[in-house]
Amino acid sequence: MVRSRLPTWFVLLLPAIIILVAVVLIPLILSLYSSFTPYRLTRPETLYKWIGLFNYEKAVTSAHFWAAFGRTVLLLTIALNLEMLMGLGLALLVNKVTYGQRALRTIMMFPMMFSPVLVGFQFKFIFNDNVGLVNNALQSLGLTDVAIPWLVDGQLAFISILVAEMWSSTSVFAILILAGLFAVPRDPIEAAKVDGCTPWQSFRHITLPYIMPFIYIALAIRSLDVARAYDIVQIMTNGGPARRTELLWTLIGRTGYVDAKMGYANAMAYVSIFLAIAFTIYFFRKLNAARAELGMAR
Amino acid sequence: MDQNLKHRIQAQTAKVLHLVALFIAMCIICIPGLWVVLNSLRPTVEIMAKPPVWIPSELNLDNYRAMFGAVGEGGVPVLQYFTNSLIISVTSTLIAVLIGMAGGYAFARYQFKGKAAIFIGLMLTRAVPGVSLSLPLFIVMAKTGLIDTHIGLILVYIALNVPFTIWLIDGFFRQVPIDLAHAAEIDGCTRWQAFWKVEFPVARAGIASAGIFAFLTSWNEYALASQLTRSTFSKTMPVGLRDFTSEFTINWGGMCALAVLMIIPALILTFIVQKHLIAGLTFGGVKG
Repeated sequence: MVRSRLPTWFVLLLPAIIILVAVVLIPLILSLYSSFTPYRLTRPETLYKWIGLFNYEKAVTSAHFWAAFGRTVLLLTIALNLEMLMGLGLALLVNKVTYGQRALRTIMMFPMMFSPVLVGFQFKFIFNDNVGLVNNALQSLGLTDVAIPWLVDGQLAFISILVAEMWSSTSVFAILILAGLFAVPRDPIEAAKVDGCTPWQSFRHITLPYIMPFIYIALAIRSLDVARAYDIVQIMTNGGPARRTELLWTLIGRTGYVDAKMGYANAMAYVSIFLAIAFTIYFFRKLNAARAELGMAR
Repeated sequence: MDQNLKHRIQAQTAKVLHLVALFIAMCIICIPGLWVVLNSLRPTVEIMAKPPVWIPSELNLDNYRAMFGAVGEGGVPVLQYFTNSLIISVTSTLIAVLIGMAGGYAFARYQFKGKAAIFIGLMLTRAVPGVSLSLPLFIVMAKTGLIDTHIGLILVYIALNVPFTIWLIDGFFRQVPIDLAHAAEIDGCTRWQAFWKVEFPVARAGIASAGIFAFLTSWNEYALASQLTRSTFSKTMPVGLRDFTSEFTINWGGMCALAVLMIIPALILTFIVQKHLIAGLTFGGVKG
């Protein structure tokens, strides 16, 4: 071991702290500073002009910002809940299989291997109004003769993004919940069976409490990875048509790079980081509560 | 007899329903992916055909040939992208797992002040959206000359993965009874030896699963890579997909071919490690 006067735990944590300070903290401080300036990429000298909270006022009074904010929360809430339910269903289905489970588990993780940018392109093609898979299938089956503009209509585009998002992330939930199902002890379930519980009762009162921590871990990981939805949305619709699928991340990305208003974009980013922090802390508390119920809290 | 028959029919129906549901679920999971593979083997005319061509008339490797071909013939420097991706992902995963092991071990085995605060602080760095990080990171990298280098992206991906690897690995080390390590120390091992000979092998499954998550994250990351890379020297595969798009058209066939090339390593790796993945998660999850 390294001989030093520093405590061992600190030495062990030091590499992690150094890299996070260098790659995350310093840029964040820089962007925090630039959010108080009218910084534009095209005019570097604007970085040295202090304008106080102007950008923040502009952000919180902007209807576009709050529309994107609301849409982001809506997408996250719907997507996380549906993914959790479908992941649970999928995990239960696979868990029941006795033969060939290993192959099924690998297939189940298939979408996890797809890069979000690839998922974006893939579903952009699948939902293409002219030659896409969905419209072709609907027309071949004779369910409709008009081309449905999946990615052009505001509401349909939102649903298309939701489908793409769910396809790519349900397996994260499924794999974590399946791991949870493996960890459920057999004895209480046997006992419940003997006592005459229905399958639903033993699921509700024995299995579910055991897998709740896994569900919260999955929710916490997914809510931390919300930024990944950027790739999918940016490629499928880029916030369009006419801002109807505009999410926080596409709005911030466009403001920063296309409109080159870095200062303003950073101010919006800081308001939205609170959203991520709120989600994180919420799921951590839920997780600890679920663990406490099982007597596994630290 | 009626009672028995009724039960048997019920059980049989449940079994059939289970299989049907499983089949439908697996189809939904596989079809978009198989569609990509199929399209990579068909000519563009057939992909864009209207009315659609469901059963391909011929399958060929033209898209792959074009992709590996010269730049003028629709080729992209795909081997360079592949190498870049591989170097960046493997290096950053290895380092992130090592840092994660050190950090996770510290959290699992040592008591110190502000532990919970440091832990939450680490997690929050993962909560920062990539978009808001990419703007300032670009400036910092431009100032330090790390734009368009492997090292720049490697550093970023390590930072992206470290909170997650620490969190997972911390959970696995907690599963290893501390008495085991103490016993080894009494038998004459140093703490260092006890770690490598006793604690590390037990937690290995979990560390492998942390590794695969880290690898998939760096292999698939796009938003930051697209900002921090400029030339073929450092572009990764997800960014390379963009080479097939122009202002108004997309070369679907070529893109699908690159996509297949991109999935294969991830598929192979996941298949190899997936046994550990489940075992590891079962260990680390609940008490982590």
